[in-house]
Amino acid sequence: MGYRKKNRHVGIVGIGTTKFSSHREEVNQPEMIHEAVRQALDDAGLAIDDIDCVLHGNMELFEMVHQPDLWHTLGSGALGRDALRLTTGGTTGGTLVGAADNLVASGMYDTVMAIGFEKLQEGHTTGGITNMADPLWARKLQSGALTDQAACKLIAEFGEERARRAAMTYRIIMDQHACKNPNSHRAFGLSWDQIDDLMKTSPPLIGDLRLIHMCSQSDGACAIIFAAEKKAKDITNWPVWIRDHITVHREETLNLCNNYYPTATTHRFAAAQLYARNGIADPLAYFDVFEMYDPSAWWGVDWLRDFFLLEGDAHLRLVEERQIAIDGRMPINPSGGVLAANPIGATAMVRVAEAAKQIRGNAGPHQIPKPVRHALASSFGGTMWTVLFMLEKELNWQGV
Amino acid sequence: MHPNFDLSDCYTIQGKLALPYTYFAGSVGSIFLTTLRDRRKIMGIKCHTCGKVFVPPRQTCERCLEDIRDQWVELGDTGTLENFTVVRYADRHLPRRPPFVLGLIRLDGADTPLLHLVAGVVVDRVAEGLRVRAVFAAQPENTILGIDHFQPL
Repeated sequence: MGYRKKNRHVGIVGIGTTKFSSHREEVNQPEMIHEAVRQALDDAGLAIDDIDCVLHGNMELFEMVHQPDLWHTLGSGALGRDALRLTTGGTTGGTLVGAADNLVASGMYDTVMAIGFEKLQEGHTTGGITNMADPLWARKLQSGALTDQAACKLIAEFGEERARRAAMTYRIIMDQHACKNPNSHRAFGLSWDQIDDLMKTSPPLIGDLRLIHMCSQSDGACAIIFAAEKKAKDITNWPVWIRDHITVHREETLNLCNNYYPTATTHRFAAAQLYARNGIADPLAYFDVFEMYDPSAWWGVDWLRDFFLLEGDAHLRLVEERQIAIDGRMPINPSGGVLAANPIGATAMVRVAEAAKQIRGNAGPHQIPKPVRHALASSFGGTMWTVLFMLEKELNWQGV
Repeated sequence: MHPNFDLSDCYTIQGKLALPYTYFAGSVGSIFLTTLRDRRKIMGIKCHTCGKVFVPPRQTCERCLEDIRDQWVELGDTGTLENFTVVRYADRHLPRRPPFVLGLIRLDGADTPLLHLVAGVVVDRVAEGLRVRAVFAAQPENTILGIDHFQPL
């Protein structure tokens, strides 16, 4: 690994997120982006001239607009500033945060604003995503973003009843969180007595993946402002520090049609590397909150094992004992996660934004009812992409 | 590629993707279009900070990054051709048969140019600086073609 320690610390100093929704007819793309940009600047108490560089990202082709960053200058504040566009699929928001972290840590810029957005009501996601697979070997067979791979895996290992109940328990906990978050796109108000009914009646999508398990497609934007340590402390009394981040991917699984499937997922690999180099022996004990990019309830359950390096059925027990609830031992997605809203190019960035707000203590009605000092945030995209962040309240961090 | 490379056994796939999408003008853009349609007026928005008048209108001044959505100004229908191109090929998406002129027209009182058709002029004699007037569509339109074209004064 070509990992080096940072030249200098990088803090999150401003956060802006729009309300997420299935429809935003009253704004066009730059207008929607501007809502998040304005909020982030106001949050940091900065003017646009204080920003050295603007990063912009979304899913390529999802709105069918070529080089949207140029048009979006109308709302992004990138006019006359250094700017970059990044697009890495579902991980885009995480890649933007990672890039901002690198650009500030390197000394290249003191202050960077990253903007992730999606306006999925305008586009056609399957039209855009189909282009990703190899035209000869895979495109005719590709099914898009829906898969019941995690469901198959959990059912094979733990049996139908236990696996299905765990997935639906996860789903209801996420909905309860979503109901607390005023920015949620989907918050149904599901109750525990619906669990058996939902397991049977929610429309099936693929295999054991049902509609209720799956995330939506949403409209919305997120903007985060990053600053180098000295500047961050000048700007705000509550900077949230990015301790470390890691990106891992093996996109070739789909694109080159290799005849194997990776046994160690990129999530587990990323988590193991990140914790090892930061001296985190027990991530479940160390972190106070985890904002996970969980595109479906099945994945959410399955990936708990990977991200916390758990063995056996420990991840299932976390769910079954409702330890992942907002007042539990390890709160997962107090925001409601991706199941609450999925504006794809912003989704991974929202995980970091929500984790940072939990550390600041101003997350709103979905603030965790205990002090938050160490947060984990993940991104997922493509076929096997992971970006994983460790956020800290204080700079004197250690391992555990 | 080697000049003697044998292409006879090279397999290729001809692909074609449908890319459907919807464009949302937003509330500011929608007011511009409906005013054009219902009142035959071209409206711009003025940033009170830098003084720029934007046509088509926009919600935010990208220079000052200020919300200017309510600062409407009414413009006349005359302007100056700032730049142009002559379209000399036919395609399904094009609004006229070739040859025709696509121009950037800066309306009097505006600071930004509007892309539109320039007609009623011999294409090979079009020149920058030409004074033009908007001709509104005979039938109501819900697009920028609520202005049918611009023609010389």
